[in-house]
Amino acid sequence: MTTQRQAERTEQETLLEVDSVDVNFEVPDGQIQALRNVSLEVERGETVGLAGESGSGKSTLAFAIVRYLDANGWVDSGSIRFDGMDMLSASTEQLRSVRGNRIAHVAQNPGSSLNPSMRIGKQIRESVELHQNPDSKAAANERVYEVLDQVDLPDPEGMAERYPHELSGGQQQRAMLAVGLSCNPDLLILDEPTTGLDVTTQAKFLDLLEELKSEYDAGILLITHNLGVIAEIADRVNLLYAGEMLESGPVESVFTDPANPYTQALLATTPEMDADKKIRPIPGQIPELDDIPPGCIFADRCEYATENCRTGEVPMETVDSATGHESRCHYWSDVIGSTAELETETETERTHGEAVMTIDSLRKYYDEGSLLTNLLTDHDPVKAVNDVSLTIHESEAVGLVGESGCGKSTLGRTLLKLHEATGGSIRYDDRDIDELSRSELNEFRSECQIIFQDPEGSLNPSRTVREILARPLKLFTDLGAEGRAERTEELLGQVNLGANIVGKKPHELSGGQQQRVAIARAFAARPSLIVLDEPVSSLDVSVQASILNLLKNLCVEYGTAYLLISHDLSVIEEICDRVAVMYLGEIIETAPTSQVFEPPYHPYTRALLSSIPLLDPETETDRIKLEGDVPEPRDPPTGCSFHTRCPQKIGEECEQSDPSLEDVGGGHCISCHHDTTELDQPIENQKHDDNR
Amino acid sequence: MATDTSSQTESDRSPIPPVVWRLLSNRRVVIGLVFLVPMFVMAVLGETIAPHDPTNTNVQMRYDSPGGKFLLGTDHLGRDLLSRIIVGARTTLLIGFGSIALALAGGVPIGLAAGYAKGRTDELLMRLMDIVISIPTLLLGLLILAVLSSNVINVTLAIGIVYAPRIARVTRSATLSASEESYVMAAQARGESNTHILFREILPNVTSPIVVEGSVRVGYAIMIGTSLSFLGLGTGPPTPDWGFMIAEARDHIFQTPWFLVWPSLALLLTVMATNLIGDGLRDVLDPKETGDSR
Repeated sequence: MTTQRQAERTEQETLLEVDSVDVNFEVPDGQIQALRNVSLEVERGETVGLAGESGSGKSTLAFAIVRYLDANGWVDSGSIRFDGMDMLSASTEQLRSVRGNRIAHVAQNPGSSLNPSMRIGKQIRESVELHQNPDSKAAANERVYEVLDQVDLPDPEGMAERYPHELSGGQQQRAMLAVGLSCNPDLLILDEPTTGLDVTTQAKFLDLLEELKSEYDAGILLITHNLGVIAEIADRVNLLYAGEMLESGPVESVFTDPANPYTQALLATTPEMDADKKIRPIPGQIPELDDIPPGCIFADRCEYATENCRTGEVPMETVDSATGHESRCHYWSDVIGSTAELETETETERTHGEAVMTIDSLRKYYDEGSLLTNLLTDHDPVKAVNDVSLTIHESEAVGLVGESGCGKSTLGRTLLKLHEATGGSIRYDDRDIDELSRSELNEFRSECQIIFQDPEGSLNPSRTVREILARPLKLFTDLGAEGRAERTEELLGQVNLGANIVGKKPHELSGGQQQRVAIARAFAARPSLIVLDEPVSSLDVSVQASILNLLKNLCVEYGTAYLLISHDLSVIEEICDRVAVMYLGEIIETAPTSQVFEPPYHPYTRALLSSIPLLDPETETDRIKLEGDVPEPRDPPTGCSFHTRCPQKIGEECEQSDPSLEDVGGGHCISCHHDTTELDQPIENQKHDDNR
Repeated sequence: MATDTSSQTESDRSPIPPVVWRLLSNRRVVIGLVFLVPMFVMAVLGETIAPHDPTNTNVQMRYDSPGGKFLLGTDHLGRDLLSRIIVGARTTLLIGFGSIALALAGGVPIGLAAGYAKGRTDELLMRLMDIVISIPTLLLGLLILAVLSSNVINVTLAIGIVYAPRIARVTRSATLSASEESYVMAAQARGESNTHILFREILPNVTSPIVVEGSVRVGYAIMIGTSLSFLGLGTGPPTPDWGFMIAEARDHIFQTPWFLVWPSLALLLTVMATNLIGDGLRDVLDPKETGDSR
């Protein structure tokens, strides 16, 4: 089959060719096959996406390509050829001349991949000096500045003198890319380059990649779990699942006509902006690598699976030989035919009751400094939450969206009296929460709960599930031991967990199961308000969908109000009735969910919306680029806090006076000096050209 | 994998907790116990298993070599060394384990409180601890014993006071990171009392460094205890005590080396055994550890 494909693309230069590679790892209990029969090609000037959930073996493949597997792992069979050179039989010397020079591997997590004690310039120069043999130090520096400029870092000379911690997350990612690009690589392997970046930063990074690709004429292997990112910039995509390639082909055909049930399920499970699609979770779990089922590995979770799928090897079948679209499925032709069958969501109008919590000009400052430092120096507190007013009604789900560091988590925690507010008031059930008596505070605690981002951290590792769930019941209800056991079982049933896990400890559960336990704990005492702090952002997309559906159902069942904090607008859109957009500690827009996604927009919201990568590769979005980084919350800009980055800035008015939230109709409030009609207008990306 | 979890849930209900099995399958713990258990038996039974009266002098049999009537030989007063070591184990182990128990009882709450409260409380408590730590251990022990009278209980108390700040310091550093975990914030959101959060939420997750520190310190405490009696501030004659035996043996090293060898060897084995057990405990007690480490 490989030969067939090669014949069709003779005119193009194949840069990397991975052919039926098996990677094994030696573990205490024996051997596991982390990758089985994986093939992949990258051509010059092409961006190839490698997608898959965590644990599917994406990074393992990247490390296998550069021969950098851990000591207990090895390529068991198959071949890896880079530009005609056999990587598997290459000597250490040969590998050294290729790694970093012709193949650049940009690892995950720039924060820990850059050496914190070395200046950025030196880290790039090291790689230049090692591989390029520059004539002089000046020549090497010249290259450093050039490459820093290419990755769009402002003031390359100054940037080279900085240490990694002096850069923001997006800048660190660019610096990592600069290290990779410094030797004009032929192949660039990017491992989760945008994970952990804000959408606006991610959008800028993806644009940068597009530009650089044409400049360098390199092949890019882009590893990510985010299908939107792949749809945005990749030419071809490969879907890896539990160590096997399930589908590969051009992005357009794979995303519009997926020929594999896994791809189809993955697309159906990803929440999308502005689409009335009902997200559908994938049942079951990714198989453990030490217990690989025979036959098709996806069969257990597949709706097309028959007995035929569970035995024997499932070969990669050609869907379209012209485009090289392949799928590892017996029934790919059935799958392709049924793609349109996406359920659409029926908008249910929910009625909301009285106000549960009213927040009035709430302020929360950190690091206010002592009296002395304030007198002697120009000490400014960090204004994490600055003059926020918001009302949450009974059984209403309010979304709070914003980039990292905008103060949304602080707001959520201050509401629950986990942090002391600096100023303003929070009224719960018409009582100021600062003036609650001891018993009233206890009642407040039982009524208001919180669910955290990291499910493992939020469950005490030395407690069993039973103990974790029994604790709030013991604190807040009069149930006896028997009643608690019953309620525990009921709760587990409601979050779709079997009663058999009560004796387990959190580390024995998967991430999704842990989050379900955390949700069950929050609902144990039938609270009236739950703050959900990024409840799904650390979960895989297939698990994410089932958790979102669960939260939606529980919201209806218990009539609980939610404050859902997220950086991901599509998650908010799934659950919330109303959205508040936060920027630099202030709420700049609130509206019913459906209206946020329609004009008139706040310029910031509009930029956020346009930054989200869409699953449909054919839609071209006019992305609005935000200039620069979020300003320091210690020293926020005067006037409108967004004026430093606003593409629709009017002028002095924005710099001097702070706009207030004004109703533009139907409960949609925007804080901007523009009037409604101006906010309807499309924005020309005028800054785009003079940027480079 | 599946069978493994089912066996674990079963053992949850059996009277012996699974952690005991995991401890017993750890090689270091087993080796440590092989040495330490006999020491405990000696300490408990004492005179009843000693072949001779440990305080009975016999001038004719001074400096007897091992192997004769007296299995390990005799000292400069003709007392049976084996009996003296057997009975001496009591004081030594009492001082070693008793003082660390005291140190834990004092140091753990201080460390938990300091690490959880942070800020001014933390500063105040830890600077106090620093003052105590800054005085050389032996000197501090001597000081305390100079104020109190010198007997086994006071020696134990003195060493307990010496080591409590060190335990507090280790507890604090573990607490600092554990209290940042979101399960602690979840407990605050439930309105749990500070005592519950400190002892029920945080403490179970910081036990491993504390247990390791404690078990290593047992060895040190025994050493300080013997050092103090070596300096004449221990239990005092005629009660047998390893440290005091070593002190006495020093003067007679040319007449019989055995007099010095046996108590030193007993001391060495005990200290080594506690350290081995400490290491083993660290491996086993880590909740994320599956127990297959050897």
